[in-house]
Amino acid sequence: MRQIFDIHGGIHPPERKEMSNPGWVSDCDMPSKLVLPVTQHIGAPARPVVEVGDTVFGGQMIAEAQGPVSVPVHAPSSGTVTAIEARAVPHASGLTDICIEISLDGKDEWVGCEGLDNWRNETKAALLERVRLAGIAGLGGAGFPTAIKLASDRDSGIHTLIINGTECEPYITADDTVMQCFAQQIVEGAEILAHMVGAETVLLAIEDNKPEAADAMRQAALALDIAEVVTFPTKYPSGGEKQLIEILLNAQVPSGGIPADIGVLCQNPNTAIAVRDALIHGKPVTHRITTVTGMSLKDPGNRRVMLGTPIRELLETAGFNADSADRVLHGGPMMGFTVTDLDMPVVKITNCVLAPTRTEIPPPQPQQACIRCGMCAEACPASLLPQQLYWYARAKDQEQLERHNLMDCIECGACAFVCPSHIPLVQYYRSAKGSLREAAREKVRSGNSRARFEARQERLERDAAAREAKRAARKAAAEARAQAGDDPVQAAIERVKAKKAQQETQQ
Amino acid sequence: MSLMHVSSPHVHKPVSSVEQVMKQVLLATIPGVLMLTWFFGPGTIINIVFGSALALAFEAWALWLRGKDYKTPLRDHSVIVTATLLCIALPPYVPWWLIAVGIGVSVLLGKHVFGGLGYNPFNPAMVGYVVLLVSFPLQMSSWTEPRGIGEAPGIVDAFTALFAASSYDAVTAATPLDLFRQNSGMLFEDLMQSKAELTGPIAGLGWDWVNLAFLAGGIWLLRQRIFTWHAPVGMLTALTMCAALGYDEGSSTGGGSVLFHLFSGATMFGAFFIITDPVSSAVSNKGRLIFGAMVGILVYLIRVHGNYPDAVAFGVLLLNFAAPLIDQYTQPTVYGTKKVGADE
Repeated sequence: MRQIFDIHGGIHPPERKEMSNPGWVSDCDMPSKLVLPVTQHIGAPARPVVEVGDTVFGGQMIAEAQGPVSVPVHAPSSGTVTAIEARAVPHASGLTDICIEISLDGKDEWVGCEGLDNWRNETKAALLERVRLAGIAGLGGAGFPTAIKLASDRDSGIHTLIINGTECEPYITADDTVMQCFAQQIVEGAEILAHMVGAETVLLAIEDNKPEAADAMRQAALALDIAEVVTFPTKYPSGGEKQLIEILLNAQVPSGGIPADIGVLCQNPNTAIAVRDALIHGKPVTHRITTVTGMSLKDPGNRRVMLGTPIRELLETAGFNADSADRVLHGGPMMGFTVTDLDMPVVKITNCVLAPTRTEIPPPQPQQACIRCGMCAEACPASLLPQQLYWYARAKDQEQLERHNLMDCIECGACAFVCPSHIPLVQYYRSAKGSLREAAREKVRSGNSRARFEARQERLERDAAAREAKRAARKAAAEARAQAGDDPVQAAIERVKAKKAQQETQQ
Repeated sequence: MSLMHVSSPHVHKPVSSVEQVMKQVLLATIPGVLMLTWFFGPGTIINIVFGSALALAFEAWALWLRGKDYKTPLRDHSVIVTATLLCIALPPYVPWWLIAVGIGVSVLLGKHVFGGLGYNPFNPAMVGYVVLLVSFPLQMSSWTEPRGIGEAPGIVDAFTALFAASSYDAVTAATPLDLFRQNSGMLFEDLMQSKAELTGPIAGLGWDWVNLAFLAGGIWLLRQRIFTWHAPVGMLTALTMCAALGYDEGSSTGGGSVLFHLFSGATMFGAFFIITDPVSSAVSNKGRLIFGAMVGILVYLIRVHGNYPDAVAFGVLLLNFAAPLIDQYTQPTVYGTKKVGADE
């Protein structure tokens, strides 16, 4: 048995996971239309490579990666491109983004996908390119391009790969279901990932509220001798990357750093499967397993959904009673954000669509004064002082915000969960973080313009000096000539005189 | 259907509100108040009821003056907690105007001039208490004889004392802390024995039971996670250590025994109900430990060497000044800022 460690703080919100019946997955009905945003990941948007009217097939790339931190988008089924325009997309700020709309023909015709016969024979670069071309971005919810994460070449190297099946968010059972139904594929994916980064240990991390998933994974892990299933007590937010690393390894990711800094790589089980499918079958990311749950649904559960399926259709196939709900969440209740438009599509990071009733998740209560009770500090998994951050955020005191490590806040919401004054703390932190980032950018910008100004100033002085030097040189030359007795003015007069004299003699 | 757009998290701890926290604090004072009533008669309860009503009126008035909504904040019970704590600290049979002045100072000068709930740098109840203590020392030092020496006053006496102070004949007695302060030349044990009927089994007739009752209420609050153990443990540990060091084997110049200090006067009430006020104390656990310990040291020093018999109020107010400074130096180590390698 591997020793596990505890993290500071944490909370135990009602889990309500049984509602979505973990361990069972069904296909969502094929929608008539798909809406595929070109940005379903963190990084530069992909560039559409199809035009309105084009016929596309399943698995065909419809938008290509732009720049290194970007991933392409593929069509999940066959049909016709009917629009390329800005639409509402799932985003905490309710942004719009360029989307490619495909009207499906229902035939679900696919382009040929070619896998590798033996991925062990390929170079790391070739494997990375395949991962990149398959459009894989962290499917746990972060959406960071997987190829970039795998490529990071640290001197220390990666010694431990963690497959993060913690799934500590209430309600969500997508990872649980995937682990129960596709344990073998996850372990195969983990083997590929470990091979790519050179990890010597693979830890399959699962909270102890998912015994079926742990059993399935244990069974599958027998096939990989460096893999080990580790279970640990259920507590939110154990599934946070940094928290999980502390639980499993008793190590902390340095502030501002990434797990690779201490030789660790974390991947979601879905991402492991996606990497496996990309290499072995040559299949890009076009579908995902999403939990559709909440008490305003008659038939909640886990669905295999085509990316681009409008959330409205997903909810309707689950028997959505729109009258009983006044919010729909993308993601879980702790960190998810509200969907502002039901026509928004399911994207690569959509691990859950939650449609609670008004009584299940009541509207927010009015905010009261902070009494500094300190319950937030007790709950904070990063050992921050949320109440102090709140006061400094309100005072816009950037120096103190930095001194109190605002940037180490993972926005898990544990502080706001326990706050007896119902203060939306995370909202304050997000906004304050934005201002800190803006201030940092401003600093860089002003640094740049100062450098530019100084360079210009230097250049002007240099030019002036050069002009001055030239003038001085000309003057010196003229004076030298005068000294030598050949005064140019006298010479000109002489020349004119000579010319006149010559004319006179000719006449 | 219109979709709500709100920020995460979307779920909150069930039944958690300022109101709830304040209610639990009020509930936790019940054992101590009952004990006070048993030994000293119904004065404290009547003062609490009268003081709370006044406090609500002052709070509403202050909110109205400040142009705030005065209905919702009244429901958070915070001002009732302030009034209750002040009235527990007052001697049980005092005239109404004394309570009115105390409550007025607590609510208006202790709380609202700084911006109301959450903004007060000082413990409002202690602000009121100290103003009364330095302004009306006579009324503030007249504690009734505890049951067992005399008869505890009845309800009629209580109302007479409150509203017709001139026709109320108080039968007062020195508290054990008074005796201790006025002592000159007697060994500690002799002092205790010379007034055996007042000094009681541990630290004074009635007072040890009152302290035990507040300790019980405090432990219940601790179990309810209303506050953490740091401030009370800091204060009681510091007080114990000071008393142990200064006991001097009970000599006439010594500082009194450990049990005497732990179970006298406002020790337990202060440790669990006053220094645990989150608004005006330090914020981190380490800070609260230091905050409590410093209060404990001050309580000992003022009791033994100062001019007043008890010192919780002064200790707390002095440390309220120091709380922001303590905060500056006791920030907890944030995740990822201490270096621990995976291989170590």
